[in-house]
Amino acid sequence: MNPQSGRAFRTGAHEALGVPAAVLGAGFLGYGSLAADAGYSVWLTLAATLAIWALPGQLVLLEMQAGEAAIAATVLAVSLSAARFFPMTLTLLPLMRGGGRGRRLWQFLLAAQLVSMTTWAVAMRRFSDMDIESRWHYFLGFSAVCVGSAAVFALVGQLLIGALPPLARFGLALLTPLYFFVTLVGEAQTRSSITALVCGAATALALHAVAPAWSLLGAGFIGGTAAWLLQRNHARRG
Amino acid sequence: MRDAADLWLLLLACGAATYLWRGLGVLLSGRLNPHSAMFEWVSCVAYALVAGLIARIIVAPSGLLAQTALVDRLFACAVAFIAYRIARRNMFVGLVCGVAFFVGAAYVRSLFL
Repeated sequence: MNPQSGRAFRTGAHEALGVPAAVLGAGFLGYGSLAADAGYSVWLTLAATLAIWALPGQLVLLEMQAGEAAIAATVLAVSLSAARFFPMTLTLLPLMRGGGRGRRLWQFLLAAQLVSMTTWAVAMRRFSDMDIESRWHYFLGFSAVCVGSAAVFALVGQLLIGALPPLARFGLALLTPLYFFVTLVGEAQTRSSITALVCGAATALALHAVAPAWSLLGAGFIGGTAAWLLQRNHARRG
Repeated sequence: MRDAADLWLLLLACGAATYLWRGLGVLLSGRLNPHSAMFEWVSCVAYALVAGLIARIIVAPSGLLAQTALVDRLFACAVAFIAYRIARRNMFVGLVCGVAFFVGAAYVRSLFL
């Protein structure tokens, strides 16, 4: 690693160490407690964090296991909850490609596992004032701190849930749902995201009463398609 | 609860199924338009699914949260969001206020039961 790459890596790591790692940590702290509550071992919690590396998907897995949903339905729902990674890597990768030293495809394929909502949003914003070589190292440095923070906080959450008094346990268990509630409602700015939010929530709750094992897939397909159609109609008319 | 080996296999399958999207993005980058109608749909589906997930966890949770009151969970969400907005989109203020309210409400309930 030449000095410039090392500097970019450290810049990335340093920028992740503040708010991004802490916000992510809060989400994963709650996740660890929910995983422990669902009977996960420490290893399973860690493996889920590293293998899926998308908190929504990890929560979908926990939820559907608790509801004893069919395996195929569970895998499909986890996958769909992460479908936004497709356009995300699609837009992020061209920004890291090229430059003096051409990187190999397998390096990009490995780096893709590190992409998350947080790393993507920050990279898209920060990449504009960096050269391509620095972007790569910045991304790795930023991601390393995010993954490390998530893993540590998930472990702490897992161990904490057994040590806390009962009332505090409730608070810890609600942390991650609250985190997503605030994120989803706070970020719903566009008409399509607001309709997707409302349609998804309404479909999930309606289906929960009749077919709980299918409520999340139904929310995605029915709620998501409804939101998409409403948005398209609106765009055409407007 | 399924046994541990099944759980690990399921976990790996979920990891692979998540990676599918990341890998496709790498392989097809530069060749697809990220603003096409298909991606709008994909993004709506993912968004709605996660919204459904959170709605379900809050309204009809399993495990530990199932022992808490629905009203408390709903109010905790409202408190967290209002605090987040008042604190100029500070996530920590939102989470701390929401959790504090929730634990406080559970405590008050425990006094009367």
